[in-house]
Amino acid sequence: MFLYVFTGLIVLAIVLGADWPKIRNSFFQWEVIRDMLPEVLTIGAKNTLLYTALAFAFGLVLALALALMRRSDFAPYRLFSLVYIELFRAIPALVTIILVGLGLPLAFGWSIPFGTAGKGMIGLGVVAAAYMAETIRAGIEAVPRGQMEAARSLGMSRGRAMTYIILPQAFRIIIPPLTNELVLLIKDTSLLFVIGTTPLSKELTKFARDFMTTSRNATPLTVAAIVYVIITLPMTYVVRRLEKRAGAGR
Amino acid sequence: MTAVTPVISIHGLHKYFGELEVLRGVDIDVRSGEVVCVIGPSGSGKSTLLRCVNLLEMPTAGTVVIEGIDMTDPETDVDAVRTRIGMVFQQFNLFPHLDVMGNLTIAQQKVLDRGQDEANEVATRMLERVGLEDKADEYPSRLSGGQQQRVAIARSLCMDPDMMLFDEPTSALDPELIGEVLDVMRGLAGDGMTMLVVTHEMGFAQHVADRVVFMDEGLIVEDGPPSQVLLNPRHERTQRFLRAVEHD
Repeated sequence: MFLYVFTGLIVLAIVLGADWPKIRNSFFQWEVIRDMLPEVLTIGAKNTLLYTALAFAFGLVLALALALMRRSDFAPYRLFSLVYIELFRAIPALVTIILVGLGLPLAFGWSIPFGTAGKGMIGLGVVAAAYMAETIRAGIEAVPRGQMEAARSLGMSRGRAMTYIILPQAFRIIIPPLTNELVLLIKDTSLLFVIGTTPLSKELTKFARDFMTTSRNATPLTVAAIVYVIITLPMTYVVRRLEKRAGAGR
Repeated sequence: MTAVTPVISIHGLHKYFGELEVLRGVDIDVRSGEVVCVIGPSGSGKSTLLRCVNLLEMPTAGTVVIEGIDMTDPETDVDAVRTRIGMVFQQFNLFPHLDVMGNLTIAQQKVLDRGQDEANEVATRMLERVGLEDKADEYPSRLSGGQQQRVAIARSLCMDPDMMLFDEPTSALDPELIGEVLDVMRGLAGDGMTMLVVTHEMGFAQHVADRVVFMDEGLIVEDGPPSQVLLNPRHERTQRFLRAVEHD
């Protein structure tokens, strides 16, 4: 009871004390919102989704390879995978992105094609793979040993047993943590501004930030935040549905 | 291959798990059509022996020869030989992400390269054989333990194996479900399937087995017809084990 009263008083103090016209003016200016449409969606949101999808797809394939190498009988594969995972989890994502986007061209005079999309896919994917590899490995290890034994006793090679028996079960198990990786990745696309963008390749955050300089107002940030929420919420919802459906098959 | 060549021929089999010697020199032959039951206290190495037959465990020393093929030879295509050796596990080990039909067809398609239609046809026939033709579309989690084990037997049969290994197939089952699994196994034996069965079901061993093997501490203590090993055991250790089992 006390907690309700106490919290209520604090909320009341904020509501009464805040400078509402100023807040509205800085963060919720309708004219600014109107000016941002529709480009905030057709450029900003579109690019955010595009970079996320590319990096996730690339990262997932790489992560699967790393997870399998991590469990290989061949020691050098295990070592490589271990070093890769520890290295890219230790380095800030921003550093890796700069390395991929700016470091490689400087060093070799060659840069990854397809502009921000290509560099973003590799830069973010390389980092995401390190995290997802550990998730996939945990998923594989969560499948009971008897599954591999049953598959092998039917004459399946290790690779076939992995492909048709172990991995399908492992991926069902790791849908929730993988979604988490995906949501983190959506937000990490905001780091891609460091490798430079063209007007058409800006993602949400960069788009909003640049709009702030022209509008001299913080409203674009509010808009970007809302769009991020709109992108992320359905994703968690869809995954919850998927989880339920996967649960039915277990 | 002549009739006298054993289907399974094991000689001088040793198996260590780290420091622990689980099998200490086992010799056993199983001839075509023979049903051999392996009994003995837990920890005697029965399951390990069975798992060495299809190389789920790699023997530390000794030879395992299946239909004339040396399994421990590095040149041997173990996967190919395994398709001829059906194996049934204590914990069933059905694939939970596939329905019964999927469980029965996946290895047929991916290993034997059978088409969908042929695989389905074989699966249906084997489901009928274990009396579960109406469960083709169920997922394993919706079946009773006895039904799951019968599906597991059918899954092995779909590969047209020459022999079947059973690793305590009824030990994880509720008592009232044991009978249906033993009935299926009895039927298989009647059809002439070569079977090596690790079991605690003394009734099954007595009435179905051609030979009973008693193991203790990694060695075969007694090997002979059920009438001898179960009813007139020569060794004191066998007698003690059987007395203990009867008092259950």
